[in-house]
Amino acid sequence: MARAVTQQRKIINTTAAWGIGLLIFFPILWTILTSFKTEATAIADPPVFLAFDWTLENYSAVMERSNYARFLWNSIIIAGGSTILGIIVAVPAAWSMAFVPSKRTKDILLWMLSTKMLPAVGVLYPIYLICIKLGVLDSRGALVIILMLMNLPIIVWMLYTYFKEIPGEILEAARMDGATLKEEILYILTPMAIPGIASTLLLNFILAWNEAFWTLNLTAAKAAPLTAFIASYSSPEGLFFAKLSAASTMAIAPILILGWFSQKQLVSGLTFGAVK
Amino acid sequence: MSFKKALCAATAMTLVTASGALAENLVIATVNNGDMIRMQGLTQDFTDKTGHTVEWVTLEENVLRQRVTTDIAAKGGSFDIMTIGMYETPIWGANGWLVPLDDLSAEYNADDILPAMRAGLSHDGTMYAAPFYGESSMIMYRTDLMEKAGLEMPDAPTWQFIREAAAAMTDRDNDINGICLRGKAGWGEGGAFITVTANSFGARWFDEDWNAQFDQPEWADALNFFVGMMEESGPTGYATNGFNENLNLFQQGKCGMWIDATVAASFVTNPDDSTVADKVGFALAPNSEGVDRKANWLWAWALAVPAGTQKEDAAKQFIEWATSTDYIELVAENEGWANVPPGARTSLYENPNYQAVPFAQKTLDSILAADPTNPTVKPVPYVGVQFVAIPEFAGIATEVSQEFSAVYAGQQTVDEALAKAQALTNDAMEAAGYR
Amino acid sequence: MATKHSRSAARLMMAPAVILLLGWMLVPLIMTLMFSFKKYLPLRGGDLGWVGFENYVRFVSSSAFWPSVGATLTIVGGVLLITIFFGVLLAILLNQPMWGQGVVRILVIAPFFVMPTVSALVWKNMFMDPVNGLFAHLWRFFGAEPISWLSQASLPSIVMIVSWQWLPFATLILLTAIQSLDGEQLEAAEMDGAPPLKRFGYITLPHLSRAITIVLLIQTIFLLAIFAEIFVTTGGAFGTRTLTYLIFQRVLESQNVGLGSAGGVYAIILANIVAIFLMRIVGKNLDA
Repeated sequence: MARAVTQQRKIINTTAAWGIGLLIFFPILWTILTSFKTEATAIADPPVFLAFDWTLENYSAVMERSNYARFLWNSIIIAGGSTILGIIVAVPAAWSMAFVPSKRTKDILLWMLSTKMLPAVGVLYPIYLICIKLGVLDSRGALVIILMLMNLPIIVWMLYTYFKEIPGEILEAARMDGATLKEEILYILTPMAIPGIASTLLLNFILAWNEAFWTLNLTAAKAAPLTAFIASYSSPEGLFFAKLSAASTMAIAPILILGWFSQKQLVSGLTFGAVK
Repeated sequence: MSFKKALCAATAMTLVTASGALAENLVIATVNNGDMIRMQGLTQDFTDKTGHTVEWVTLEENVLRQRVTTDIAAKGGSFDIMTIGMYETPIWGANGWLVPLDDLSAEYNADDILPAMRAGLSHDGTMYAAPFYGESSMIMYRTDLMEKAGLEMPDAPTWQFIREAAAAMTDRDNDINGICLRGKAGWGEGGAFITVTANSFGARWFDEDWNAQFDQPEWADALNFFVGMMEESGPTGYATNGFNENLNLFQQGKCGMWIDATVAASFVTNPDDSTVADKVGFALAPNSEGVDRKANWLWAWALAVPAGTQKEDAAKQFIEWATSTDYIELVAENEGWANVPPGARTSLYENPNYQAVPFAQKTLDSILAADPTNPTVKPVPYVGVQFVAIPEFAGIATEVSQEFSAVYAGQQTVDEALAKAQALTNDAMEAAGYR
Repeated sequence: MATKHSRSAARLMMAPAVILLLGWMLVPLIMTLMFSFKKYLPLRGGDLGWVGFENYVRFVSSSAFWPSVGATLTIVGGVLLITIFFGVLLAILLNQPMWGQGVVRILVIAPFFVMPTVSALVWKNMFMDPVNGLFAHLWRFFGAEPISWLSQASLPSIVMIVSWQWLPFATLILLTAIQSLDGEQLEAAEMDGAPPLKRFGYITLPHLSRAITIVLLIQTIFLLAIFAEIFVTTGGAFGTRTLTYLIFQRVLESQNVGLGSAGGVYAIILANIVAIFLMRIVGKNLDA
């Protein structure tokens, strides 16, 4: 009897969860499907789901018009570069906060987070002028630095919460054995922190990938990433749903695929390491 | 340097000199409109002729504006050529931010550019941007529906006729709206349309002392008329319809009439995209009875070179290529005469091949009917038909058009919107030091 | 365990991050402050001299100011409410035994991967378009008049789009928290005859409080700055102009950097008020 009940409940749970999951995923699915339709089918009433003539013409049109590979490469470099650089800067800071906490540690941490609340557009002109002065407009380097600074508070905070979970006794034992600070970090802390670092890396890679204000406003031809690629397909003249869908799919596919393959790290990354 | 390398370099140099000058790489910012996308596809022709290569930065209109304005104002130098409009050109030209285009080659024949376009893209008689294509606005209507309604479209109708015809053509059961017009917020969208409509009712943005005029009866007349007509015969949700939304509606056969940019004519008559391609007629934009101004604007997308670029010569070469008669012929060869960039050159309208295009004459008539230096019945201190060529206008007009769009969406009354528009315009003008 | 040696080392190690962030905060902040006291109009010659508090007065006295604060708080509050409420429900559901939990989880978190620009474009055009959007098709199918979402229900529409993006985040944090809940405690409560609602109220919810605080903190930080969703969908029309968007209009559309900078200073003040308020709650919960 009890088994039957659980079995029944399991079926109900499964149906409900899948239903809601598909509902949440639907906009993405619909975008992907639309990208294989012709422009006319894309707006057909009633809408067609699967029974249409699948076509790749939107993808070839997009590929012909824009240098997708370059946008993609810029996105990878900018998102990857800023995340890695951020982690290099953040690891020591997070380490000291986690293992040598002082009265002000929490204040510093919260202050760092609060810097994220400044409205970016308010400082567009100052930053733009600085970039001109330094001659780094439309360069990937400038964006790597700016996005690194933007995400640094999140990175520090995530690493801090991960590091705090590492028991201090292990470090103490190592210190007794005469390990130097450098060895301590390199050989003991880092291996233990790798899962946390991986999660941090992934999450911030996604945040940097999706950043659309600075990447759009500080680039022209050379350093423009996928956010700029999208801006050339939104609201042109005439019908555009299918081509927009193709471009959108191309812009989000790398991240979706990455997410699929690193689900576990990502899930723990998405919790910002804050919840065990 | 080895001998071999030196030899290679020397050969390369001769190749380059043979093709005219040093081969440059031009970065061009442009808008993602059909004609520009077509130009991108034909860039190889330019590279073959001059040796210069081109990198395109294609952006949606709003993003493009924001991007190029920031760059030119801060002297960022990100672009060698910018695609800008009739609004920006005289302002930037006056600031000395653009390279004057007064020394283009003789075979380019700058005198062939339509005088209205040239005037709109000049400051103090010097041209600062070359028109890639120009447009006015006109009525596009469904000949079959007009006939069914038992009416005949005059060459130059009045608003009163349009309203009557729209009501007669409307067939809600079959999803046909008598008239589709822009209501979308934004100075270049609904803002442009309501401004020309107001012009044709005798209204103006400012009096001679830069006082906002939204408290005058002409604005109330125009806005009440527009809202009344759209409620009777317009599509639902027109408050968010811009050029593109209306184009799609019209192409799908859901509009009896559409008053919008003349360039739309080639889209609605293109059987590949339009279900009503063979049933479209054209007429001049309307005016209110007794008002001597029509509701048509004047606009050009033009190419300009920001001052301070290192590649001025190559940039000018590109502009000469893209806005030349040769380019028009190149497009005609590849895509047919109906798809050439219109509205820029007099010779195009004298070309018998182009005269055969059904909307050619009405486009030219509409362009000639617009006068940026004398846009309203009452005198004004500004230049521009659907805009006011001062730097503050884009910001003000976007906010004003947002208030109007809220009226179209039924969120406030005409009087409320006009009162807010009046206050915010005067406030912004005061901040800028005009009043 | 902290020796003097490790303390100074710790300070040294913290230095790069702190100095960088300080620079990142101070340099633009000082420039913003400076601009905010100037008449700075890039299209009319740039720096036109000091004007005292004129920009500050003008920015708040504009009829757009208070509505924009209202819109900001509505969007942030609305999204927080929706994501936390549905996040809790979804987390409880996903915690139940079922088939294919991993796949469902991926489906649920997928919206988080989508660029804000893309998601705004997709929602605006392919779903909310009053003629060709999927909702319009659906409404017509049931014989109803399609709704013009982004004008007639502009704020709810934007709240919905943003909630869609952030629901995965809330759900996952809450799910992880629920998974660490002691099952025995719940079972014991069930044995004692506590009804489900009571079990939820007395055991599950208190357990989730820390996770909910985290959601609140992180989301508020990101939500105060949302921009792309508004830029793409309504352009600030129909009452969706947030404070961030108003500043954007002043700086970029009106090209009045002085006025926009004054707005930026107000936004910083608002952000700090919210931050202090948040820190009060979070500060306590963070130690746990």
